[in-house]
Amino acid sequence: MLEGSVPLAHYLTLSAVLFVIGIVGVLVRRNVIVVFMSIEIMLNAVNISLIAFDNYLNLTNGQIFSFMVMCVAAAEVSVGLAIIIAVHRNKPTVNLDEFNLLKW
Amino acid sequence: MELLIFYPIAGLCVALALGVIFNTSPVGSAMCLIGMMLGLSGIFVLLQAHFIAILQIIIYAGAIMVLFMFVIMLLNLKESAGADWVSRDKNLFISILTGVLAVGILYKLVDITFMAKLDSPAELPDTFGTVATVGEALFTDYVLPFEVASLLLLAAMIGAVVLAKPKLD
Repeated sequence: MLEGSVPLAHYLTLSAVLFVIGIVGVLVRRNVIVVFMSIEIMLNAVNISLIAFDNYLNLTNGQIFSFMVMCVAAAEVSVGLAIIIAVHRNKPTVNLDEFNLLKW
Repeated sequence: MELLIFYPIAGLCVALALGVIFNTSPVGSAMCLIGMMLGLSGIFVLLQAHFIAILQIIIYAGAIMVLFMFVIMLLNLKESAGADWVSRDKNLFISILTGVLAVGILYKLVDITFMAKLDSPAELPDTFGTVATVGEALFTDYVLPFEVASLLLLAAMIGAVVLAKPKLD
């Protein structure tokens, strides 16, 4: 049973499971840092899908896309954490529910 | 044999991802996330995408997580007390509606995916996922996105410096 290569569906399932975990983290946790980490989990889950299809179809495009995803993730994290530090200077909390100025 | 490697790594990744969102201390979450990144790079090696696997370790487990740790240290975050997991009863109806709709869409997507017949080549060439192959595609077909990515990184760098300054002058 445990012989042969891994089917594509297994990789896609792993990717979907990790993506859902990331969504749950974003929706349920209120700590800014943990929400950010959950976004990273989602980006990584998408990378698995891209590379699994790449491997399945013998292409290079998915690897380029996941490379770009990593670039965007790096940019997003550096700017996002800078924003968190700047906000924390004005209001010393990391609880997202306390930043409700733009809510209606 | 590959399955024998895949299942433990996949299980580890899922367990650590759950650890990220269930941990009460941000440092614990970050540690779990580092472990998950390393596991995912193992998955990428299994998929023969060696270049991306190395990038995963260098960029995610190295650079991004160090940045997270620095911010956790700067903000001096301790264990979060109590009110971290919130359910908002006000939004209950909309939540259930969106959930049902999302499940419907996912079901349809899975249905279509199983109907699709993607033709897979019988065997991957040895050059799949090497730095040479990915680099060649990156500098020929995708040279414009590559340059735009450099602009994006420059903008992010300047933005981070400006945002983190105590006072704009």
